[in-house]
Parts: sequence; C-alpha cells; structure tokens
Amino acid sequence: MSDDRPGSTDDEGSRPEQSRYDQARYVRNGRYEPLLIEKDSTRVEIGDDSPLPEELTRDDLELPAPSEPELVRHYTRLSQMIYGIDSGPYPLGSCTMKYNPKFTEDVAALPSGLVHPDRSDESIQGTLEVLARLQEYLGRIGGMDAVTLQPPAGAAGEFVGIRVATAYHEHNGEGHRDEVIVPESAHGTNFATAALGGYDVVSLPSDEKGRVNIEALEAALSENTAALMLTNPNTLGLFERDISEIAEMVHDAGGLLYYDGANLNALLGRARPGDMGFDVMHYNVHKTFATPHGGGGPGAGPVGVVEELAPYLPEPRVRESGGGYELFSPEHSIGHVHGYQGNWLVLLKAFAYIARLGDEGLTDSSAKAVLNANYLASQIEYDVPYGPFHHEFVASAGDQDAADVAKRMLDYGVHPPTTKWPEIVPEALMTEPTEIESKETLDQLAAGFNAVAKEDDEALEAAPERTTARRIDQTSAARNPRLSWHALEEK
Amino acid sequence: MSFDIPADRRYQESHEWTLETDGVVRVGITDFAQDELGDVVFVELPDEGDDVVRDEEFGVIESIKAVSDLYAPVSGEVVAVNEDLFDTPELVNDDPFGDGWMLEIEPAEEDELEALLTDEEYEDQIA
Repeated sequence: MSDDRPGSTDDEGSRPEQSRYDQARYVRNGRYEPLLIEKDSTRVEIGDDSPLPEELTRDDLELPAPSEPELVRHYTRLSQMIYGIDSGPYPLGSCTMKYNPKFTEDVAALPSGLVHPDRSDESIQGTLEVLARLQEYLGRIGGMDAVTLQPPAGAAGEFVGIRVATAYHEHNGEGHRDEVIVPESAHGTNFATAALGGYDVVSLPSDEKGRVNIEALEAALSENTAALMLTNPNTLGLFERDISEIAEMVHDAGGLLYYDGANLNALLGRARPGDMGFDVMHYNVHKTFATPHGGGGPGAGPVGVVEELAPYLPEPRVRESGGGYELFSPEHSIGHVHGYQGNWLVLLKAFAYIARLGDEGLTDSSAKAVLNANYLASQIEYDVPYGPFHHEFVASAGDQDAADVAKRMLDYGVHPPTTKWPEIVPEALMTEPTEIESKETLDQLAAGFNAVAKEDDEALEAAPERTTARRIDQTSAARNPRLSWHALEEK
Repeated sequence: MSFDIPADRRYQESHEWTLETDGVVRVGITDFAQDELGDVVFVELPDEGDDVVRDEEFGVIESIKAVSDLYAPVSGEVVAVNEDLFDTPELVNDDPFGDGWMLEIEPAEEDELEALLTDEEYEDQIA
C-alpha cells in the first residue's frame, strides 16, 4: 500500500502519526502557525501581513486568564442557570428530548474512531464496517432495502428523500409530477422540504378523529402527485390505521409514500414503515437513537429507501466487498449531500446505542415510550381530546394561554411541553415524556401540570418568577439584538 | 374582537390594503394582519424604481411569531418606500393604516384596483 496523505498509518517516517498530521494542518502560506497553547502567552500579536481590511483588525487581543477553579465555577454557574435533560424531565412533544447515554460518548471518544476521512478504504476497514452495519441496522428497523448515512440532519434527510423521489420520477419519464401532499398537521419541515424541492405543496385536512381524511386524499391525488409525506404515529400521537389503504391509493396514482421518521420511537421493534408501504424515509438519530440534539452542531438524518429507489441515493455508500468493505457510488446517484460519509461521530453514537439495546431493548424502549405518555396523560387535569395515542399526546390548556402555562411550569421545576402546535388542538400542550422517565419523575411532571392548571391569568402572566431569567422580552430581543458581551457595557 | 377596516380603501385576500391618491397607490397591511402577526420586528421592502407584479411577492415582514411574504395588489413601479419602517417596524403595529404604510406604486394598468375586495367583502373574509 502506498498512501502519502496526512495521518496515513502506513507511513514509514520516524515521526508519530499524530504530530505529522498536526503539523500539516497548521502550516499556512508556507509558515508554521503555532497553536495558542504553544505560544505560551495570553497575548496574540497580529502581524502586518493580514489580508483583512485594516478597519476590521486589531493590534492585540486581551484574553482572560482565570485560574482553574475560577474557570470551573464559571461553567458550573452557567450550567446551573439553564434547564436541560440532565436537570430534569423535558417533555417537548415532537422533539423527543431523550437522555443521551454517556457510554455513547465514551465509544465516540475511542482513539480508534478518530481516523481522517481522506484515508484509503483499506486503512479504515473498521470504520467502514461500523457504517455498513449501521446501514443494515437502520434498514432492518425501518423495513427499507438501502440506506444512506450522509444527510447531516433530519430536515436534510427529508430533502434528500424528496430529491431521490424526484430523480426516480424523472428517470421514469414522470418528471411532470409537481405536487407533494402534506397533512396540515405535519411537521413544518415537510412543507419546507416539498417547497425547497421545487414542488407545489398540497395541504391535506385531517378527519374529525385527527387522522388522514381519506376522501380529501382521494381528491388531492392526481397524475401530478409526486409523493405524500406522512409521519406515523402522526403529530397527535395517533396511529394512521388506514395506512395500507393510503399506501395503495398513493401508489395507484403513481406517487411515492414518504415516511417522516420523527415518531419512529413509538414503533421500534413493533412495526416498520417499509411493511406499511412506505417507499422512502428518514431517521432522526437524535430522537430515535438518543444521540445529542444538534443545537446547530453536527447531526445525522440517514435516509432509507425501497429497492427501486436505491440507485438514486447519495454517494458514497458502503458495501461489503471481497471479505471487506468499500465505498461506492450508486448508479444514478443524486451526488454528494455532505462531506465524506456523513457526521461519523454522531453515526457512531447511534450505532453504539442500537448495538447496546439490541432487538429486545429497542422493543422495550417503544413500549415504555407509549406507556409513559399514557400514564402521564392519565395523571394530568388538562383535557386530551384525541386518542388513543402512542408516545405523545396533545392536551389543551383550555381557557389558559398555552405559552403562559409553559412559563409557569418552569416555576415548578419541570420543563414544559411544546406549545400552541399542532393547531388542530386549541392552546395545545404537546407532551412527550419519552421512555427514559420513571414513574416518580412522571408524577413530579404531572404535579407541575396540575399546579399550573389551577392558577389564574395573573399568576400565569407574571411567570416565570423562580428562574434565573424572568420572561424574555422577545420583541426587544428581535428589534434590538445584543449579540456580544460588549453590548452589556452599552446599557 | 373587531378590527379597523377603513371604507376608503380596497383590500387583498392576503391582507394588504390599497389607497389611491392622484393616480398613486399606497400599500400597507391591515389591522387584522398586524394583530395576527404580533409584534413586527423587521420589514424588507423593494427599492424605489423597482417594478412589482400583481399577486407576486414584493417584500417580507417578520414578527416574533412568523415570517410572511407581502404581495403586491397591483403591478407597477415603486415610487416611494416608507424607510421609517427599517428602524421602527413597530409602526406597522401601532398605525397600520397610517404611519405603518409600506409602498407607493404607480400602477401600470388603470383598472386593477377594481378587482380588489371592498371593505365589506374584506370584513366578511376575516369574520
């Protein structure tokens, strides 16, 4: 093997692999740029040769130099000012705020997982095997024939799924199909995906029970239908019982059925989108497989498809070859949608989670997700108009303002649910406790709901009173944004 | 809740109002629209001299709740833009039919205003 790229393990040079790579990275314009820690200084001198305009540069930068305890206290204090999944229950419906098991962090921190993606296939067989096995796991969980791991987020996965559908239709001489049908209670990303994919969005009303209105679907389908995007269970937590009929109707019209994986955690080990007739789906690994929510950081939204759509998936994919693994490009691939093989460390965490739980553990997690939602709903005083639901439910705050209810719940030490959506339920409190909570925690959460349910508008409007920050003035924040600590000095 | 709907104007289903004075059409959004949007935080408008096309987007309005497109009620050339909205977008909330106006358009065709809703028709729409 011969490979002279940085970080290659088969290099015969005397330097250790890591330092050779580091050095390559910090040589810029032929000059070695030392790391800040190597400069042994808290002041950075900026040379005269900066390519930046003069008015945008400064002569030096005063960096704070706190002691270790000061630094630890600073970050500990910041972490105490906020509320996260590590602080208590976090029942944001639709978002699925699962606890991120720390063992997945340990796995992602293993030195053997930190290989440069430019290395040759031969030298990263272990990495490729993990990716291949994750493709296989996800395919099996979703009932899909082929999977791409490349999309860097759930919404990106949706976009890829719709691009694959477009490529499929065009390849079959059906490029005239210019409509995507989306139920009006769908996740906002579905509408955005269809529009960004160049389609006219046809909004589908729900029936009186909160499910797909079959008559309205019949009317919406035509020779222009490219796809129907659905999530199941739907946004109200209800299983679309007519899914087989829906699939048949969409397929008879020549359209494809898209599965939004946002609610897959309700079905794990019990039902598979592929078996229901879905042709393409994305997986939200942060929801279903407990990887950290992105917060703008790296995420992953793999896409699975049935066999007919596999040739259009993004490149590269991974496959077995001659007893090992290799990257390859599907025949009619829509191309790259992200760098390299996707966000590897996020995918590795999802792999670790699935491998650790196994079939039995995944099946158990969906049971507990559904049980917890149903137990919590039975303990709260707010009305839940639609059911029977699975892993989440939408209660109504009735005469109270759902946003005020949310603020007030913070005062009782628990995080509120998602509010005011879906609009099908007035003053919606969309609640998803997830499978991670114990009965004790669910009781604590229910006590928070019920304490707020008894309160009057005055108490609600004044909330929150016991949090680090009181009610945020959203209007001022938007009209007069202060985006740097310098703004604090302006007053 | 009742909203102001001045009788001297014509309205669009997408909640823009128009008022013609000496052949120039002034455009803004209605009281109902500003109430639905909530506090407006940003308004993006075309430049003077730009052409707008009836029923097509001419700008964007952003509130703390939503970002919405603004649709031109008539086709024509933009002859004035309310630049006060760039620094004080709250004028749209405080005075939607007055200081919160957005554009003045010199219509390319004469009778396009006729096709718009009367105050009574618009009232029925939002009822």
